[in-house]
Amino acid sequence: MDKTQVAATAYIRNDIPEFKAGDTLVVDVKVREGDKERIQQFKGICIARSGSGINATFTVRKISNSVGVERIFPLHSPNIAKIERLNTGRVRRSKIYYIRDLKGKKATRVKEMR
Amino acid sequence: MTRIFDERGRNIPVTVIEAGPCYVTQIKTAETDGYTAVQIGFEEVREKVVSKPELGHLKAAGKVLRNLKEFRVETVDDLKVGDEIHVDIFKKGDIISVTGRSKGKGFQGTVRRHNFNGGPKSHGQKDRLRAPGSIGASSSPSRVMKGMRMAGHMGDETVTVSNIEVVEIRPDKNILLLKGSVPGSRNGIIQIVKSGDES
Repeated sequence: MDKTQVAATAYIRNDIPEFKAGDTLVVDVKVREGDKERIQQFKGICIARSGSGINATFTVRKISNSVGVERIFPLHSPNIAKIERLNTGRVRRSKIYYIRDLKGKKATRVKEMR
Repeated sequence: MTRIFDERGRNIPVTVIEAGPCYVTQIKTAETDGYTAVQIGFEEVREKVVSKPELGHLKAAGKVLRNLKEFRVETVDDLKVGDEIHVDIFKKGDIISVTGRSKGKGFQGTVRRHNFNGGPKSHGQKDRLRAPGSIGASSSPSRVMKGMRMAGHMGDETVTVSNIEVVEIRPDKNILLLKGSVPGSRNGIIQIVKSGDES
């Protein structure tokens, strides 16, 4: 490992569950309002994972009020309280960006892993 | 560059700097040199790497070092040759300035080098997209003004960036995390000076 990677290892989290693109996730995000902190859930399909080490991110997409919403989270961010995997999707690629062009039921559902 | 997270979970881009240990290799005083300064060296190497005259110069410090740099200081009374300088002279939150040699970009046109706008893409234009435009008047003055910004070599020059914040210090590994980017390539040599101490 090069020295840049080593320097950030202290910030890497080890409590991240295994998941990949196509999985349905519920991400518990810590939201700070003034000096109060609460948890907000973001539920959707993981459509991409990118980066490595401390720079890793993942993208979650959901349809909210018939509008597509995507959020990119830093995987090791302390603002993520929990990541829960609801479904393991059966997809054939690592980035399922084609889901953006789908409509109706297909846009919110991925076939489950058999 | 990499990233870390602060206590509020915010993402901070940082550059990892291996800062030191540096060694005092020479002290210049008003009596002997007419001014006061301290020369420090960084990066211990094999004896073969440095030239023989340099080796003789470094004998007093007792280390074989590759990079030497002189800094003007007001007083040298508390320093002696051979002293180690560690990263702990900085502390978290310090504002510093960083000097380095920027990455060479080669021969570049005015659009890249001086942020010219170039010409229009359409409206009957041909071959003018990245052209510099006029460089001056005609028979008077019959020459191009000095300092006219034109195409040429870009990069590979000394660049100083000030107001960089020290985000974290790891004295055990001599590592400094600076907020944002610094000039130069990976593994390049840089000079770090506390803000207000530049001379």
